[in-house]
Order: sequence, then structure tokens, then C-alpha cells
Amino acid sequence: MNRPATPPLAEPSGWHDVRLTVNGTEVAAQVESRLLLGDLLRDRLGLTGTHLGCEHGVCGACTVLVDGEPVRACLTLAVQCDGADLRTVESLAPGDAPLTGVQRAFHECHGMQCGFCTPGFVMTATALTERADRPSDAEVADALSGHLCRCTGYRNIRRAVRQALDERFGE
Amino acid sequence: MKPAPFDYAAPRSIGEAVALLADPDRDAKVLAGGQSLIPMLGMRLARPELLVDVTRVPGLDRLHVDGAGALHVGASVRQARVAADPDVRAGWPLLADAIGLIGHPPIRHRGTLCGSLVHHDPAAELPAAALALDARLVVEGPRGRRTVPAAEFFVATFQTAVEPDELLVEAVFDRTPPRGAAFAELARRHGDFATVGAAVLLERAADGTVRSARVVFCGAGSTPVRLPAAEDALTGTDAGEAALAAAAAAVHAHLEPGDDVHASAEYRREAAAHLLVRACTEAWERA
Repeated sequence: MNRPATPPLAEPSGWHDVRLTVNGTEVAAQVESRLLLGDLLRDRLGLTGTHLGCEHGVCGACTVLVDGEPVRACLTLAVQCDGADLRTVESLAPGDAPLTGVQRAFHECHGMQCGFCTPGFVMTATALTERADRPSDAEVADALSGHLCRCTGYRNIRRAVRQALDERFGE
Repeated sequence: MKPAPFDYAAPRSIGEAVALLADPDRDAKVLAGGQSLIPMLGMRLARPELLVDVTRVPGLDRLHVDGAGALHVGASVRQARVAADPDVRAGWPLLADAIGLIGHPPIRHRGTLCGSLVHHDPAAELPAAALALDARLVVEGPRGRRTVPAAEFFVATFQTAVEPDELLVEAVFDRTPPRGAAFAELARRHGDFATVGAAVLLERAADGTVRSARVVFCGAGSTPVRLPAAEDALTGTDAGEAALAAAAAAVHAHLEPGDDVHASAEYRREAAAHLLVRACTEAWERA
């Protein structure tokens, strides 16, 4: 049988066993020190809903929730997430589950154009709806400003987030 | 944009962290939030052989006010936590304001206050806030523990008093009389580093005049820049139009920012004068 060779170890002790929870499932993986969280999710776990855009923390496309808070998967090493609880866009409506309020609002308000940036926006909006109190308009604007939509579809995205927050916290 | 290979260690004590940093055979760097370091690794502007992740060291995540009323921010305390803390908002609102201007919420959730100080991008907000607040920076290394005042901490662009084998353990902010605080900055895009920014603290005397003023700029030199001439122009005044004009004139006379691709020195000076007036007005309303 032809088996691909294991790549040579770049550094002798640069591999680490990590355990984390991804979308509710326990995952144990051996990761190289330099493996970024976005690459663990996409390449190793096959969760390609998380999109990598700029890969230096500017565009927000790779935003996922780590222990409930939005973080940049491109500015986080996989090894730093040992023991963490991760949620990606795949966690929101698995299988035939109904869409979440945020997803439905993005659908109904057409809060996407090409859709590349959408998973990041959706995860940020999800975190906003999970807060104890309704975030202020300034906080919503601040949160959304961390995401670049290259189709410039912000009007509908803002409408979608407002609808999701109205549904969650009342108008 | 993937980092070059490196080793990673997550020590469980300050001593263990310092021993790793002091290993003469390996070029080690401290990793806390990584929000500045990881992009540098990706662009291969930094190629350390070892990252020492200090976020798992017990105790370094402490954010508390001690018996003397001083605020302690440990090495692994995230910026978002500092900005949201009720004690910080009440006693050190300049920190909360400065953090609100850093990147975006996901950056502030991971980034640490101490990490931003040690990274020392001179355009960054927190070094300017630390200088304005006379922070004391507690550093530990193989030669023991020492405390460095903020005025001596920032040495040059991306360079501080922390030696490569040392760790910034915590930043301490002493309790001060109630002061109005404001941070105003000009940035090309929301969340970017400042082209230039002004941190202002104003203390109000019983007769309604300015008892003391503190003025610090970021993006105006290779370190945060304190401007005593502007402070003098404000002290003892009613912080009215004439005083603000004098403070702005002090900026034109004494601030010496550099030229770079983002802005000329002249533009920076002009912007700094306007930002100072804006920050003073806001700080005085809050004083």
C-alpha cells in the first residue's frame, strides 16, 4: 500500500497533544506549534465553513467563538486552544436543524452577497445575541467594524443583526 | 502567511517561564494574546525558536485593586476584561478608553494589556495611557524582580526596558485623585493603529480651575511623548478657549513627530494639536 510519508519534524519538540471541544464534540489532535487555529479547523477537521481571508487579523472572515467569545482563527495558534470550547459556523444549524435567529435574519434580510465574509459576521452576531443584555448600537457598530465585506453589503448585514437582536431581546 | 517553525512551551510558573526565556541556546519570545506577535510570525518578520506561552501561569491572570487602592493587571489579563472591569472604568477610565480604540472586539478578547506594553508599537494606545498614568511595570528575570516606571520603560520603537530573558509580570496603576480622562486619535481606518493620538488627564480644583494636567501623545515619536509645555499651558486655567489655544500652540512649538508613509511631520503636528483640543474638552467635561 502506498502511504504518504510523515513530514519530517521541523522542530524536535514542536508537536503537542491538544484536547478541545469543537462544536460540542471532543477532539484530540497532535498539532505542530505553528499550526494556526483556522488551519486546524479547515484542513485537519474539515470544517471549511470558517473562511480565511487576509490571514493577519484584519478582515474578520475567520472569526470563531472560543469559550463564547469571538476571536480571529488566523491570529490564534491551535496549541493555545488546548482545553478550550470552540464553535464554528457549522455548529449553528447542524444537519436538518432549523436555522438560528441570526442565520434566519441574514437569510431574510439578504445579509450576504458573495457570502465569503458571512461566517465571520454570523459568528460575531451570534456572540452579540448571547450576551446577557442587549448590546448598544455603538457596540454593534464596533463589532461589525471588525469585519470586511468586500461586496460592501453592510446595509443588509446591519439590518439582519438588528432583526436578530430585536428577536432575542425585544424591540 | 504561515509562521516559520518554532517550539512552544506553556510553563506553569513564572520561574519556569524565566528559565525558558533565559536559555542561551534558544531565541525565545513571550506569547500572551499573540495579536501582534502572530501576524509578525506569519509575515516572518519575527522568527523565534521558542514561544513561551505565559497564559497558563497561575496568578498572571489576576486583575485586582490592592489595599492601597492600586490596580494590578497581570501579564495574561486580556484587554477586553480590563476595559469591562467596573473598578477600571471608575478609577482608571483612560485605560478603558484606550482599549476601546484597539483593533476590534476579537482582537481585544485575545490581546493583553501587558503584551501591548512590551510589544511597544509607538503608535499604540496602551503605552501612551501607561505613561500618562505613571504605571509601574514589574519585570522578573534571572537577576530577580524589578519595577520600572513607565517614563523609563519605553526605550525606542518595539523596544522596552524588558530584557530578552525577562518577563513583564504585571502593570500597576496607582490610585490618583479623581481626574477627567479622554483619548482622541486619528486613524486611517477604525481600529487601526493611530496616525497620531492624544491621551489627556485633567484634575479639577475646588475653584473650578485645572489643578493638574497630563498630556501624552502616541504616533508622535519612537516612544509615547509627554508634553509638559501643553500641561503647563492648561494648569491653573479654566480650560477655556484661550487655554486650549495655548495648549495647541505648545504642540506646534514642542512636538516633533517624524515623517513616514502615513503622514508628514507637519500633518501629524497639526492633527495632534486638534486632537489635544478635542481630548481636553472631553476630559474637562468628565473631570
